[in-house]
Amino acid sequence: MRKRLLSRRWTTRPLAVLRGTLRRRTAQRYLALRSLRPLRSVEGPLAAACVIGAIVVACDRATARLVAQATTPPAKKAAATPAPAKTPATFGIGRPATPAEIAALDIDIGPEGAGLPPGRGTAADGAPIYAARCAGCHGKTGREGPNDVLVGRLPGDAFPFARDPRAPKTIGSYWPYATTVFDYIRRAMPPDAPGSLKDEEVYGLVAYLLAMNELIPQDAVVDAASLPKVQMPARAHFVPDTRGQPKPTAPRRPQN
Amino acid sequence: MKVSRRDLLAGAAGAVVLGTTAAGQPADPTKVRGKPSRALGQRAATEKPQRQPRGVTSSGTPHQDLYGTITPSDLHFERHHGGVPEIDPKTYSLLIHGMVERPTVFTLADLKRFPGVSRVHFLECSGNFGGRGTATELTPQQIAGLTSTSEWTGVALATLFREVGASAKAKWFLAEGQDAAVLTRSVPVSKAYDDALIAYGQNGEAIRPEQGYPARLFLPGWEGNASVKWLRRIELSDRPFMTREETSKYTDPMADGTARIFSFLMDARSLITYPAYPVTISRGWVEINGIAWTGSGKIRRVDVSTDGGVTWMPAKLQEPVLSKAHTRFRHLWNWTGGDAVIMSRAVDDTGYVQPTKEKLIASRGISSVGYHTNPITGWHVRADGTVIYHADPWTTT
Repeated sequence: MRKRLLSRRWTTRPLAVLRGTLRRRTAQRYLALRSLRPLRSVEGPLAAACVIGAIVVACDRATARLVAQATTPPAKKAAATPAPAKTPATFGIGRPATPAEIAALDIDIGPEGAGLPPGRGTAADGAPIYAARCAGCHGKTGREGPNDVLVGRLPGDAFPFARDPRAPKTIGSYWPYATTVFDYIRRAMPPDAPGSLKDEEVYGLVAYLLAMNELIPQDAVVDAASLPKVQMPARAHFVPDTRGQPKPTAPRRPQN
Repeated sequence: MKVSRRDLLAGAAGAVVLGTTAAGQPADPTKVRGKPSRALGQRAATEKPQRQPRGVTSSGTPHQDLYGTITPSDLHFERHHGGVPEIDPKTYSLLIHGMVERPTVFTLADLKRFPGVSRVHFLECSGNFGGRGTATELTPQQIAGLTSTSEWTGVALATLFREVGASAKAKWFLAEGQDAAVLTRSVPVSKAYDDALIAYGQNGEAIRPEQGYPARLFLPGWEGNASVKWLRRIELSDRPFMTREETSKYTDPMADGTARIFSFLMDARSLITYPAYPVTISRGWVEINGIAWTGSGKIRRVDVSTDGGVTWMPAKLQEPVLSKAHTRFRHLWNWTGGDAVIMSRAVDDTGYVQPTKEKLIASRGISSVGYHTNPITGWHVRADGTVIYHADPWTTT
């Protein structure tokens, strides 16, 4: 390898420099040569010494070959096509995230309550907040709209949504997880000041909405321990989508 | 002869001053020097395609004004839940954490340093059907404007997951937007290793703000809502997060009393975009054409009927037919006059056949009106050549 680089340097580099055509590949070779320079600075004079004093016995065979190649034009031989780089396991791009910046963004609440913050609230705490911040869009009692109807159970907790267009999908009739109420209010409500409610206010609002839906008693305390335990009537109705996943026994995948 | 100020200016160098057409162009463009070069191109002044906003949270693509399969970026449909945020690309970052070895923050420049991928895909809102009622003066834009196709460029999500050392035990990830809704969806990790992208490019330039500038999740073939825009965070987990969008919204009540959850797949659908309301056609040869697409892969066939669905003929598919992308179909029809109902029906390479309204109702129920509604759709060509939507009302009677 070193031999090849040495000979190239002596034959092609000055030409390229003269022409001013240091194209990318040449530039790469040049850089590669630069990294060998300390080595050459030792070996160059050494080789010259060998030529001048041909009788010097210390001139080993390898150095002699080097000199011969360097002083005679190399045979024209196409350079081998370089192999494309293998995709590395990692690229080393990006910087480590600090625990603080993860904590600042990691606001999601899991269905088992993971991520619920300290604090607590009751329906009584939430009622005035609801009246001030929510009722304008969701109605005085959560049933009137004009935006999403939030409150109301169906007789026998029926699930008629595929056949009855009037059945409202409320927290009590359709939402499968109570934790979602906390997560969504805290991240996105109210639309005129999203993300402005304090954790305690959110607990109060969640308690108010769950109580209005008769999912918890009016005086129940909602906190990180109690919220994931609230039983949601609609939960059992939700099933995974099987479209596009053919079963071994079925020749064609389920339709529609 | 009308002489406009523009002509006088444009023709100032020459002595020839000509008239203009009714639309304001020179009657003979060869006799007036044209406009100079400019930094940013514009549509011809006579072409005015427009998205059609529905309220303030969505607007649809004018399919009736478009050719081919690529949607111009400024006509790509939009749907958002907290408005379109303004994000500084210099301060933008994406955090990936959770069940990973190396929680990492990537800047936009970081994302662009990774090996890139460009692919043509449709994106469709799963609420994309506006033809349930009795109205007939509806355009393709109003029936199905919430689907568009772009060439998306970005980094494979799989590349990023390898970079951060995603745990083999992670089965779901949460994608979170930086909009006012801080929108979140749970997505199976398997989609990341299939074909998911973090996209920053759209049709050769930076993604438009409405499409998630500066970077978004893109899940080919899946309902648009899950391709979270303005992406700021991904958290890997062993279970879904049960966000509001994937529970109280974007679920499908079924006729059997269940509700599908995580119904990501957009099934095959087609729509004739010409002739369609509001055009009027003349007797003779008409090339019926439109778009077909499927989230399952490639469109295998599109059938066209010119007799209201009694008989069907295979249409020609415009090559190349790309996976999970709009495919243009064309069918020659010699219209001799008289009433006719023209329809299209897509078949994809899994064998799935675009359903009739009746089949959808049998499966989903009459009022499962929200999402994944992809019925065979028709246009009524009247004897005078006017074309209206072939209304097929979803009624409970």
